[in-house]
Amino acid sequence: MLYREAGDFHTTYTSDSQTFPIRFDRYRYYAVLVVAFLVVPFIINDYWANAILLPFLIYAIASIGLNILTGYCGQVSLGTGGFMAVGAYACYKLMTAFPDVSMFIHIILAGGITAFVGVLFGLPSLRIKGFYLAVATLAAQFFLLWLFNKVPWFYNYSASGQINAPERAVFGFEVTGPNAAASTTYLFCLVFCAVSALIARNLTRGTVGRSWMAIRDMDIAAEIIGVNPLRAKLSAFAVSSFFVGIAGALFFSVYLGAVEVGEAFSIQKSFLVLFMVIIGGLGSIFGSFAGAAFLVLLPVGLKVLGVDLMGWPTDIVAHFQLVIVGALIIFFLIVEPHGLAQLWRLAKEKLRLWPFPH
Amino acid sequence: MSDQFVFAMEVTLNGLMAGVLYALVALGFVLIYKASGIFNFAQGVMALFAAMTLVGIMNGQVPFAHLINATFGTDLHHFGWHLPALLAIALTVGVMVLLAWCVQRFVFRHLVGQEPIILFMATIGLAYFLEGVADLMWGSEIKTLDVCLFGETGCLPQGINETIDTVTYGWFGYGFFIDNLDITATIVAAILVIALIAFSQYTKQGRALRAVADDHQAALSVGISLNFIWVLVWSLAGFVALVAGIMWGAKSGVQFSLSLIALKALPVLMLGGFTSIPGAIVGGLIIGVGEKLFEFAIGAPFLGGATENWFAYVLALVFLVFRPQGLFGEKIIERV
Repeated sequence: MLYREAGDFHTTYTSDSQTFPIRFDRYRYYAVLVVAFLVVPFIINDYWANAILLPFLIYAIASIGLNILTGYCGQVSLGTGGFMAVGAYACYKLMTAFPDVSMFIHIILAGGITAFVGVLFGLPSLRIKGFYLAVATLAAQFFLLWLFNKVPWFYNYSASGQINAPERAVFGFEVTGPNAAASTTYLFCLVFCAVSALIARNLTRGTVGRSWMAIRDMDIAAEIIGVNPLRAKLSAFAVSSFFVGIAGALFFSVYLGAVEVGEAFSIQKSFLVLFMVIIGGLGSIFGSFAGAAFLVLLPVGLKVLGVDLMGWPTDIVAHFQLVIVGALIIFFLIVEPHGLAQLWRLAKEKLRLWPFPH
Repeated sequence: MSDQFVFAMEVTLNGLMAGVLYALVALGFVLIYKASGIFNFAQGVMALFAAMTLVGIMNGQVPFAHLINATFGTDLHHFGWHLPALLAIALTVGVMVLLAWCVQRFVFRHLVGQEPIILFMATIGLAYFLEGVADLMWGSEIKTLDVCLFGETGCLPQGINETIDTVTYGWFGYGFFIDNLDITATIVAAILVIALIAFSQYTKQGRALRAVADDHQAALSVGISLNFIWVLVWSLAGFVALVAGIMWGAKSGVQFSLSLIALKALPVLMLGGFTSIPGAIVGGLIIGVGEKLFEFAIGAPFLGGATENWFAYVLALVFLVFRPQGLFGEKIIERV
């Protein structure tokens, strides 16, 4: 009834090619933004911020980043954890070197530095393809982690080898450190998340995004019709690493506060983000959000169900989580290779015809 | 002869031995990749699963004991028997064959004709699934693995090899430290490779396997059952995983990190090429020697050590830039 394009007349090209051409979609999108920006900050508490909302927003940014590289440009990367570490350490060095500069600038600069590192490790993608590239990105993962562990300059010669986020404020509100309020940290991450999604969505709709998809679908054919593979692949690596770097910087400075590189950004993190992208849907910005939400909520839900209701020990629940995540990955690849995003698309398609499907 | 040179020789020998262990894992990858085009990321977890099952069966653990205890409030843990190693190994092989059948029946039969990268991701899912199941079945604590084939004798040897120590002391005035276990692993790996090559060259099933590897469609049209071959090949990979699991498990205990050797096997494969059994061996040796020598000559003195974590990947990366299909891989030809 509500979800129709009928009666929604587009009289200009701009309005015809907007992101949400159907009116209901558009209003739903505005409603989500209003709730996220104006309602949630007033009702949020520490538990919700730290257990669900902050990780969700941060992983959503990381998934958007990886989705651009893997979903849109077809280059599988297992180095996400390493690139997140670059973002975190860049942010740390900037925060300690320039205490007076706004956190916004630090985080964006950290993203920029990660983009540069990403391009460096993306260079082999011009020669290496498919699995070979996936394994080659492991070089980035292990080398970067080792670097941050072994070179004391990166952790400012601290005795523990950890990095701790100093207290920094944005417009007078603390966003890092132990005294930061849940609503401020949430809003801070939300701003980055919303802007990242907006940028990513528009990049993928434009020339750059089309050249990425051409490379993904068949790189030789793309080259023949005039897509420059060097520019397309490297720009995908740069943009992807930029978002992943921002996610890493937020993960360290706002969410965790203190990071031990081998633990926080291990290879497991790379897989986690990859799973988010697969379960959410390759090549879909909405899918990145759906995947991140799913894999952030799953452990929380399982813990509530297993530990609190069934009374199982936590390690059994943790093992169950592995089983369920693994089974879900296989399930999604078999039944719905395009992930949650495709289910969403199908639901919308059904809704358009409802209640008269024929 | 200078000390440094002798040390380097010892390091090289140890690197060769480590390389053999990497090659053992890489072999399982190559088997599956050749026959079905699936890049099996779960190979390392299969090794872990096999080793845990072996230990569990030998010690008579009750499968899923923790889970049953937590659900029903019982207190099960052991059946109270100790099985001889040979029987336990036979049972474990049975479990791995069953696993191969399940994997084929419930996962990859539904994914026939999908893109390779989708299959690869499915095996990552499989790796997580298996790891969870293994932990639920046998518990996640570190276990020791002592395999003795005939009661008290025929155990896997451990510790320094005295003969090599004495002989090299006589030659260089410095005794080399070579672990007995590594020597055993080398011998076992050699036997395994010869057996695999003999199997694929001289038996009917082996020939069918090669036919499938060559061309699925053509193999189907001459009446080879793809399902059977794939179950067979996953069983073989399971068996190789068991051997690798025993060797690594005896070396460093049966624990989660065992599954990470799969990651180490990846650069080996990249060097050797995904489709070549000799490639896996040579790649394993190059990586083993390379990372040990690099750590010895450059890593430990100048870079602060622990370069073994990444050297293999970077070596493979640099190598691939010049030869994208690996040392022995088939040339990649792409058409529009």
